[in-house]
Amino acid sequence: MSLRTPLGRARGLGSAKNGTQHWWHQRLTALALLPLAVWFVVSLITLADATYEDVIDWLSSPIVAGLMLLLIFAMFMHLKIGLQEVIEDYVHSGWRKVASLVFVTFGTITLGLACALAVLWVWLVG
Amino acid sequence: MAQPDRPLSPHLQVYRWQITNTLSILHRLTGVALGAGTLLMAYWLIAIAAGPEAFATAQGFVGSIVGRIILLGFTFALAFHFSNGIRHLFWDSGRGFELSAVHTSGWIVVIASAILTLAIWILGYAVRGAL
Ligand code: HEM
Repeated sequence: MSLRTPLGRARGLGSAKNGTQHWWHQRLTALALLPLAVWFVVSLITLADATYEDVIDWLSSPIVAGLMLLLIFAMFMHLKIGLQEVIEDYVHSGWRKVASLVFVTFGTITLGLACALAVLWVWLVG
Repeated sequence: MAQPDRPLSPHLQVYRWQITNTLSILHRLTGVALGAGTLLMAYWLIAIAAGPEAFATAQGFVGSIVGRIILLGFTFALAFHFSNGIRHLFWDSGRGFELSAVHTSGWIVVIASAILTLAIWILGYAVRGAL
């Protein structure tokens, strides 16, 4: 017989192991993405006929670069949690699940970092 | 560990498709599609950082017929995921769960994503002076 309470045993044992934190971060990033996505789409519309110099001017402004970094951070965090949730729902076998989760984690972090570095490069170096 | 041959719920062979489950799976599909879209965004940003030639190549691809169709798909995916995302966040506040409200908000999302997609493209072409 175990002396642990049922709650103690159940705690943290959802398929994600820390479900409430993922749930909360998914909502926080969704909330952040609402205005950021509107801003980004409006920016892309105004850039529809932009030359290379226009785009560089746009991205070199500290406000634009800062908002882009916020967008990138919120978006890839939201994407990582979201894809993880999809995998936890559909992939049940041990190594397959681990491999997909590793792929999603590495993939989103690498891509997010690449986006952020590109923005920083244009803003500070280019 | 789940048993692979356990029956699925909802029982997909006999489940009647309706707006509720259609929009639910669309939210997931558009989320994953937008995830693929981040590849294009990364390519675009890196091309800007890499210089005018790389940027011209990227613009050439995005401006081609295939590129535009892909971009239109991502526009709709974002418009839908955005609108339905607001619906989700509203539900998280504990409201809007009556069946009639779920149906109404669902149709609002469908109409809003169509209007948003159209508006974005009309404005884009207007900025290019193509209208
Ligand atoms: C534009 C603002 C956005 C809002 C308001 C939003 C909102 C949400 C919400 C509320 C959820 C949770 C749905 C649930 O509990 O089932 C979600 C899931 C998800 N989102 Fe977003 N999202 C946004 C943008 C994005 C973007 C840009 C991406 C991709 C880069 C994305 C990818 C995903 C994925 C993969 C999921 C998981 C789908 C699932 O579990 O079924 N979202 N989103």
